[in-house]
Amino acid sequence: MSAGGTNAFAPGFYEGNRPRIVTSRFGMEDSHSLGRYVATGGYDGLRRALARPAQEVHEEVRSATVLGRGGAGFPAGTKWGLTPQDVWPRYLVVNGDESEPGTYKDRLLMERDPHQLIEGCLIACYAAGLSQCFLYIRGEMALAQERVATALNEAYAAGYVGRNILGSSFSVDIVLHWGAGAYVVGEETALIESLEGNRGMPRLKPPYFPAAIGLYGQPTIVNNVETLSNLPWLMVNGAAAYTAIGTPTSPGTRMVAVSGHVRRPGVYEIVNGTTTFRDLLFGEGFCGGMREGRSLKAFVPGGGSAPWFLPDQLDLPFEASQVGPAGSMLGSGAVMVMDDTTDIPKAALTLTRFYAHESCGKCTPCREGGTWLERILSRIVDGKGTDADLDQLLEVGQSICPGAFPHASSERLGISAVPFPYRMNTICFVGPSAYAPVHSALTLFREEFEARVTKRVHIPVTAVGASR
Amino acid sequence: MARLTEENVRLAQEIISRYPKARSATIPLLHLAQEQDGYVTDDAMAHIAELVGASPAEVYGTASFYEMFKFHPVGRYVINICGTMSCALMGAEDLMHHAEEKLGVRMGGTTDDGLITLERAECQAACTEAPCLQTNYRYSFRVTPESFDALVDDLRAGRLADEIPPHGVVARVRQHIPADRGAGVHAPEDVKSAPAWLDGKAAL
Ligand SMILES: Cc1cc2nc3c(=O)[nH]c(=O)nc-3n(C[C@H](O)[C@H](O)[C@H](O)COP(=O)(O)O)c2cc1C
Ligand code: SF4
Ligand code: FES
Repeated sequence: MSAGGTNAFAPGFYEGNRPRIVTSRFGMEDSHSLGRYVATGGYDGLRRALARPAQEVHEEVRSATVLGRGGAGFPAGTKWGLTPQDVWPRYLVVNGDESEPGTYKDRLLMERDPHQLIEGCLIACYAAGLSQCFLYIRGEMALAQERVATALNEAYAAGYVGRNILGSSFSVDIVLHWGAGAYVVGEETALIESLEGNRGMPRLKPPYFPAAIGLYGQPTIVNNVETLSNLPWLMVNGAAAYTAIGTPTSPGTRMVAVSGHVRRPGVYEIVNGTTTFRDLLFGEGFCGGMREGRSLKAFVPGGGSAPWFLPDQLDLPFEASQVGPAGSMLGSGAVMVMDDTTDIPKAALTLTRFYAHESCGKCTPCREGGTWLERILSRIVDGKGTDADLDQLLEVGQSICPGAFPHASSERLGISAVPFPYRMNTICFVGPSAYAPVHSALTLFREEFEARVTKRVHIPVTAVGASR
Repeated sequence: MARLTEENVRLAQEIISRYPKARSATIPLLHLAQEQDGYVTDDAMAHIAELVGASPAEVYGTASFYEMFKFHPVGRYVINICGTMSCALMGAEDLMHHAEEKLGVRMGGTTDDGLITLERAECQAACTEAPCLQTNYRYSFRVTPESFDALVDDLRAGRLADEIPPHGVVARVRQHIPADRGAGVHAPEDVKSAPAWLDGKAAL
């Protein structure tokens, strides 16, 4: 199969001259083997963890502020502390369902360094007293499943996983589980439903916060693949070294995939908190700017669910406390870049269609609203829309997310930002995510919609029977 | 129309044994059925229902939620072309038109010889390598009309038979937990106290 244009072992990944916490082995051909892993310091973090009381390991992770990389950015150590006292057993569910549009990192971590993930799972189970771990990999990721299965088989044989790990009293099984294609299953309560053998529909929170009532009704920690992959390095180097990278509120690094119209689309491990979107999109060693002769029109900063940014926002760093007030979110580390050739309504449609199709159907505003948004937007793109459709899009959006919806500021349009987050009438974020691209596109590029629709005279409702 | 073979029942039981509750094995067993027959048959779902202690309707209810499960025969190779934003920005639509022409089928259709089913898919977590596609969940990146044609020619000539197993087989490696190494399942009804390594101290 073709290897792509970049790193032969990790297609799309670029190293650069930067700190590397989770991608340090990506350039090695056999990085996925136990031999290479152990030869490069692998399982040292586990050894160090097991030499200390579990409570101390938990405290180390807490003080490092390892932000969740799955989308919500909640610190892992704090999450582990939210389980109710004295309810046993507790479980770990690893979220390897990566499917948010634009997101490409967890798959690489599973394919290129499965032992690092396994070691991270073990450290989490040890620190938080979790008795069994279920590692849920997206169904469509054949190679990731093979690599993790192989790594688990090796790790069991070598005594790193299972009973009395490294001769200690710590015993835990890691069970490889895999899905079958449904985006919404990435939402943590849907992931648990799916793991229980059901249709993957999100549960209502409250009461179903996984840390309190999760898998089989037990306290359950759900963590993302990248979040857990940070733990081996953290155990070896300590929280102080971790927080020395990045900023106090966004320490360490994070993996970001940049796709679309840049010169060098790719996956980069960037310093958290300080790296700006301008660095990433235009910097040498990163994407190197736009395609030849083109200029930046807009970009999606944090996965398909995120409201869009304009060139106005390029100097924002990867720091939630700055991106939120500017009207969007960092989400899952996925930037999608559109240049001046982009057909904006059509681009928005590729996302809205995604979320409309992936709606699980549990809540009406998402099930019906998403479908309506897709339909209306489609007819606009096909040149069959009217100006009434533009208002209708916003009206449908209001039924999903009442009130002001976040958007970026624009000097050109003379508008200021509406901060993240939004209010929502749905159980999970799929409904609002169907609306976000429509709202951004329509707010920031209304002229492109107007140029496409037929102007119609509004007939007041009282005029029933009037001819058109 | 087939129930699971004896060998697959053995595998199914091994999979079930890793979970505190048998129903958790439903999706893995559906994959096993699809691996055996190329799609999920009614008989297989009834058999899975027996194995996990659910009704056939419950198993079908679960199966029908997930896009990977097919309930009718499909081609030996299913080609999924990604149409989500990053791929769309890089020409996925043109690629889809080209694919339809090359194969002489519409999206969702199967070639007359039963070799290839063509489908439109959503984001495949390879957005930087756009436009991309999967053939039985194996990737092709930065696909051009020429590389698409080459892929199809290779599939037709059987040149990729080693790299790409027939539809239904996803991972070719299975997890195996050796009996003497496993820590065992931890079911809610069996475990009432903190794990040993917490040493009696409450977790933080
Ligand atoms: C619709 C939806 C899809 C999601 N998909 C994923 C996913 O594919 N992978 C992931 O790790 N988190 C995903 N999340 C976030 C999870 O619900 C959860 O917050 C995360 O796995 C927790 O791990 P973390 O704290 O380590 O980030 C999704 C959330 C929503 C609402
Ligand atoms: S918002 Fe949509 S996907 Fe989420 S629970 Fe409601 S219907 Fe399902
Ligand atoms: S958009 Fe095609 S792989 Fe993500």
